[in-house]
Amino acid sequence: MSLWVDKYRPRSLDELNYHRGLSERLKSLAASGDFPHILFYGPSGAGKKTRISCTLRELFGPGVEKLKIDQRVFLTPSKRKIEINLVQSNFHIEITPSEAGNYDRVVIQELLKEIAQTQQVDLGAKQRFKVVIINEADSLSRDAQAALRRTMEKYMSNMRIILCANSTSRLIAPIKSRCLLMRVAAPSDEEMSSVLQSVARKAKFTLPTDAGNKIVDDSGGNMRKAILVLEALKMQSPDLTGPLSIAKPDWEVYCYKVADLIVSEQSPARVMEVRAKFYELLSHCIPPTVILKTVAERVVDKVDEALKADIMHWAAFYEVRMRMGNKKIYHLEAWVVKVMSLSKHFFYNIDMSDFD
Amino acid sequence: MAANFFAAKAPSNKTSVKHVVDPTLQPWVEKYRPKTIDEVSAQEHTVAVLRKTLTSTNLPHMLFYGPPGTGKTSTILALARQLFGPDNFRNRVLELNASDERGIAIVRDKIKNFARQTPRAQAISSDGKTYPCPPYKIIILDEADSMTQDAQGALRRIMETYARITRFCLVCNYVTRIIEPLASRCSKFRFTPLDSESASLRLAHIAKAESIDINQPVIDALINTSNGDLRRAITYLQSASRLSSSSNPPTPILPLDIQEIAGVVPDNVISDLAQTLGIDMDEGMDIDDTPKAKHIGFDPIKKKVKFFMREGYSATQIISQLHDVVILHHTLNGRQKSASALVFAEADKALCDGADEELWVLEVALRVHKAVSSR
Repeated sequence: MSLWVDKYRPRSLDELNYHRGLSERLKSLAASGDFPHILFYGPSGAGKKTRISCTLRELFGPGVEKLKIDQRVFLTPSKRKIEINLVQSNFHIEITPSEAGNYDRVVIQELLKEIAQTQQVDLGAKQRFKVVIINEADSLSRDAQAALRRTMEKYMSNMRIILCANSTSRLIAPIKSRCLLMRVAAPSDEEMSSVLQSVARKAKFTLPTDAGNKIVDDSGGNMRKAILVLEALKMQSPDLTGPLSIAKPDWEVYCYKVADLIVSEQSPARVMEVRAKFYELLSHCIPPTVILKTVAERVVDKVDEALKADIMHWAAFYEVRMRMGNKKIYHLEAWVVKVMSLSKHFFYNIDMSDFD
Repeated sequence: MAANFFAAKAPSNKTSVKHVVDPTLQPWVEKYRPKTIDEVSAQEHTVAVLRKTLTSTNLPHMLFYGPPGTGKTSTILALARQLFGPDNFRNRVLELNASDERGIAIVRDKIKNFARQTPRAQAISSDGKTYPCPPYKIIILDEADSMTQDAQGALRRIMETYARITRFCLVCNYVTRIIEPLASRCSKFRFTPLDSESASLRLAHIAKAESIDINQPVIDALINTSNGDLRRAITYLQSASRLSSSSNPPTPILPLDIQEIAGVVPDNVISDLAQTLGIDMDEGMDIDDTPKAKHIGFDPIKKKVKFFMREGYSATQIISQLHDVVILHHTLNGRQKSASALVFAEADKALCDGADEELWVLEVALRVHKAVSSR
């Protein structure tokens, strides 16, 4: 019994529900014989992975679905052992080098060269090359990206690389210029509801339109989230009618609470209260950037128009500092204090003008 | 079947080299890499200097620097090939790039050992041509700016001690990342971004050789999107021709295809964003001289940014294109432009440091809006 997300995931390029133009392209590329290195990018839940696996199937046939999971040990120059999980079939191999943290360069150098320098032994294979899929390519370190550069050119005959990233901003220009860029945009609301309907059809129940719309609104363009929510709702109330409450994750509710605290009162005591809440969130491994963004968005919704731009400005400002710095809580707190002082000033000014 | 991937390494190199790929499947970047230094596009100055070394058999240590895709690696490979010919190339040239381990240990062992060897006697060339084959070896350190300071430091004395029998060629993008002592030992060659004329010549040449039919607007689009990076232009051209030839019936390549392949945000989408930020986009249409009430709230801007993020455009691309729109705008005054420029610079730095994209695009949008609406 697998999740619907996996169970109803399209297997071939023809089954894909949206971005037809993109599917056509991938299909023609796979058929043409000279397949380039490709970089897929787009927001999460837009269907990058699905497209990659469909493309592989188009290239190599059903053989790529025979997967096995392997673990490999690499030795860094400083004699440290790092373990990396690989998912591979006879024709492709999938790695997430960022698992190795700072040592991702070693993984790229060793593994890719090893693959690149061997040729396909299976004579019955449809293609001469193997495919290496690199997940989370945007979190590769600069060194690792530099290591990819020449490898991508030199071993083109034996290997093609498919990179999968959320954004191209963090990839160095030489890598981008060696790849064919494929932008996978998040599906539009209509496309999403049609996908939900087709999932419902396959699972043999009918999905009321307004329930579908509600799920779509809630998921914000993330197809995976939408299908997961659909399944969860179906579990809660099998007929999917009446008022539906899409359960927010606990941390989100908690963040909203923090935002409300900030808006309702500005005092040192309140800062301490907020601080405790931040600690709670951080200790549950919620990424600080996500906390900051969620809280800021909620705060912005509740304050006066004139303050909004400034609050976002400081959120952006402290977010960078948080990345550069070591201890996240300082910067979260600094932002809270800043917002509080901004709104205090704002009200103060209004009071003064009333006096005149 | 795991063995498929890893065990088949054993067969000797010779056979795999003979096992040449079908040239139609080769990336054009490799296929049309210049074979001789005379074929190198633009870079007249560098080529003129290097041509002399072909006859005089005297070569200094060299440092090639310049933006990507300007022909640095191509030039040195072509030069080495012309100097030594295919048969001597193997034992006279050592090419190391960032995909090889280049820590200080490698510099001390591998590079030093290679530098120390006396060059072997010239093998008789099999293709009947005579090559100058001067009595030294060349070590090419590609992407040298990614070498550590220590590794570069270890090179210093090696370069001097074996200068008689070994020449170094460092290739890098940023000359500032090369430590001063190394830079001062080399004669520097700066590779400039290609001017559009020579780039378009080269592209037309490749198009002709591949017998694909492209017109001037397409070439212009290629050059515009690639910013003087010839490799990028050629890759785009190949991708475009691939896409157009595989569709049925083959369609001609359009400038719009190129933009899509290059990951550029379409112009109308960007001008739409600019409009949301209160920048007047319809040029010369100022009939009603009362400026429209430019009171655009926070929410429309935020919605627009959310839309951009959902479409998956990359933040750097959005920002650089928005930058072009603002800076080249006709009616904005200097103060507004410079205020905006400041924001773009800050955002770029932040993104380099790995900041959150959505927050910063929003920040840029809000501050540009503020700058533009203030008089």
